[in-house]
Amino acid sequence: MKPIKNYLHFLARCGATALDGDWRYFAWVGLLFAICLLGLNAYTKQLVHGLIVTNMSDQVSWGVYIANFTFLVGVAAAAVMLVIPVYIYRNQELHDLVIFGELLAIAAILMCLGFVTVDLGRPDRFWHLIPGIGKFNFPGSMLSWDVIVLNGYLILNLHICGYLLYRRYQNKKPAWWAYMPFVFVGILWAVSIHTVTAFLYVGLGGRPFWNSAIVGPRFLASAFTAGPALIILALQVIRWVTDYRVSDRALLTLRSIVQVAMLINVFLLLNELFKEFYTGNLHVASAKYLYFGLHGHNALVPWIWTAIAFNLTAMVLLVLPASRSLKWLDVACVLAILGIWIEKGMGLVVPGFVPTPLGEVVEYSPSLNETLICLGIWAFGLLCYTVLLRVAVPILKGRLDGSSETLRPTLATNA
Amino acid sequence: MTNSCKCNHGGGGCSSGGGGGGSDSMNRRSFLRKSAIVASGVAAIAASLAPLRDLASFGSVDDFVQKHYKELSPEEMAKVLARITKEVEQQYKVRPHVRDLKPMDGVEFVYALNLTRCIGCRRCVHACVAENNQSRSPEIQYIRVLKMPNGTFDMEKGDHNYAPESVPEKGFFYMPVQCHQCKNPPCVKVCPVNATWQEPDGITVIDYNWCIGCRYCEAACPYWARRFNFTKPSIPKDKINPDMSYLGNRPRPQGVVEKCHFCLQRTRAGRYPACLEVCPTGARKFGNILDPNSEISYILKNKRVFVLKEEVGTLPRFFYYFDV
Repeated sequence: MKPIKNYLHFLARCGATALDGDWRYFAWVGLLFAICLLGLNAYTKQLVHGLIVTNMSDQVSWGVYIANFTFLVGVAAAAVMLVIPVYIYRNQELHDLVIFGELLAIAAILMCLGFVTVDLGRPDRFWHLIPGIGKFNFPGSMLSWDVIVLNGYLILNLHICGYLLYRRYQNKKPAWWAYMPFVFVGILWAVSIHTVTAFLYVGLGGRPFWNSAIVGPRFLASAFTAGPALIILALQVIRWVTDYRVSDRALLTLRSIVQVAMLINVFLLLNELFKEFYTGNLHVASAKYLYFGLHGHNALVPWIWTAIAFNLTAMVLLVLPASRSLKWLDVACVLAILGIWIEKGMGLVVPGFVPTPLGEVVEYSPSLNETLICLGIWAFGLLCYTVLLRVAVPILKGRLDGSSETLRPTLATNA
Repeated sequence: MTNSCKCNHGGGGCSSGGGGGGSDSMNRRSFLRKSAIVASGVAAIAASLAPLRDLASFGSVDDFVQKHYKELSPEEMAKVLARITKEVEQQYKVRPHVRDLKPMDGVEFVYALNLTRCIGCRRCVHACVAENNQSRSPEIQYIRVLKMPNGTFDMEKGDHNYAPESVPEKGFFYMPVQCHQCKNPPCVKVCPVNATWQEPDGITVIDYNWCIGCRYCEAACPYWARRFNFTKPSIPKDKINPDMSYLGNRPRPQGVVEKCHFCLQRTRAGRYPACLEVCPTGARKFGNILDPNSEISYILKNKRVFVLKEEVGTLPRFFYYFDV
């Protein structure tokens, strides 16, 4: 019984720590919480009136929810780009930072689950998806694969982070067998979550824009660009607002990952553009709609060229020595994240529906209510990440541990 | 420090020791502060949930726990049908005749459409809406008629919204498209919860009480045959067709997918689909392909029939042909 009691005590103290902080912490958490509630309020309206409060239609039947979902699966998968150097190449610089990457993966998966849930017409019937209780179309449906790999990935990361943090809290060394096997499974699993999410689209023979073998590799390349870029920014925020030391060298190691991934990403994009436009068969319609507009409809054109401009600028910055200075690295990261968010989100999901299989062109842009729900889920994810960090940093710094009942004071909160 | 205090934080439990002491009052203050944070958070959540007061779109408890169509015993199905009858009666003041019509042995339905005869009048579209209790606002239609310029099958060149004084117009042919009841249906393959499947008579059906509304089937269909209930369907009381079937034309709830099912409430009872009956030119042909003497068998054997998008490998049971 004692281990359980100790563990519950640990959880209670984590909870208490999450509700503790200075005014800046409360201002930030309060802001995120308020945005969450705006989103929740918008979602209740959607529950009552149906998905008619979105701008989706029978023609464009998935929109900004599934777009964000797709992008965030990539962010979650990118945690492995910290894990691989540490556990396979024994990079010590990144060693302690792995946990921040995996906590980000947890927050990203929670957001993914949020985005799929709000996209359901009948969320009350979610139990039909639970293997054993419901009626799970496995292995036929790629969506059922996605349910398994996403939830599995969430559990893997919860276990690895939870276990490492709890051992640190107890001042005990982690036993390798209790987490290393999961770390290695996690590496393969991370690749699988994004591959399966790509196959969700690739498997549809009636949608030529998606039914292309390059979609999977492009998903991974863009994920391994945007994910580590987001981690670079997150780590700098962490060392700015907490007393946790993150070395510049660690950030520069991540820079070389983003650099290579971005080059591959742009190369794969060129491959796709060549295939679509050089061949010039009728299947080019969706790509034409995306890049140049179709029959006078061109809602996505400014977006995709913005994304391309951002990606190319980020690529040039990342290749130049200038991005060894954090200022330029940050600019490159922000551009890469925004560029990929547009391209992997709206730029991938919407053109798949335009024109429809019967050649109709109906455009889509999200409604206000839809946007509020998206903002709410993003705020929820950031809130989760903030709270996870609020608890993890004192544990990693040894200020929150089982040997003392009070939280040891912070030495310095600002650099 | 003792933990045996008797502090009156209703339900909150006590976290700090009693007595004076600077650190104790600090603890108490911090505890009160945390309680206040949690309480105001809960209150704010409750306030943001206010729109749920109007929530009437989801069904009863019986509806929530209902099993998948294929797992319902005959007794359970009888109860479900009785419940649906009651719900329809309450909502539309019409007593419906709701059945669970099963496929007939030795029957596989096939449709053929004569493009030479079709004049694009869209009577089939509206007969379908009336027969199948589709929502009128927003209106859901299972059949989409394309006005195609002669000389092409590029559907991007088709006009979906043609509205001339009279049809047909010179230089065009008209191509109605509805669910092709494929033998290799991508929509069935992708459904994560088996809410849609192919029946032995070739009709792909949907259990409207099992669909979770993910719309993956809509994305998968190469013929754009599926429709989603973006809001609660609305049908005027006097427009209800009371002859209903569970997998067919009974009114659908909000948030689920529906589509053409070859009017199974009619065809499984030996009648023709509504779209065929209303067609003024006889362009629509329907029947049992397993019967070698049926009209549809004759057409498939003797006319130059083709299917749409043969390259996607869906093997439609819906054929087109030209007479001349």
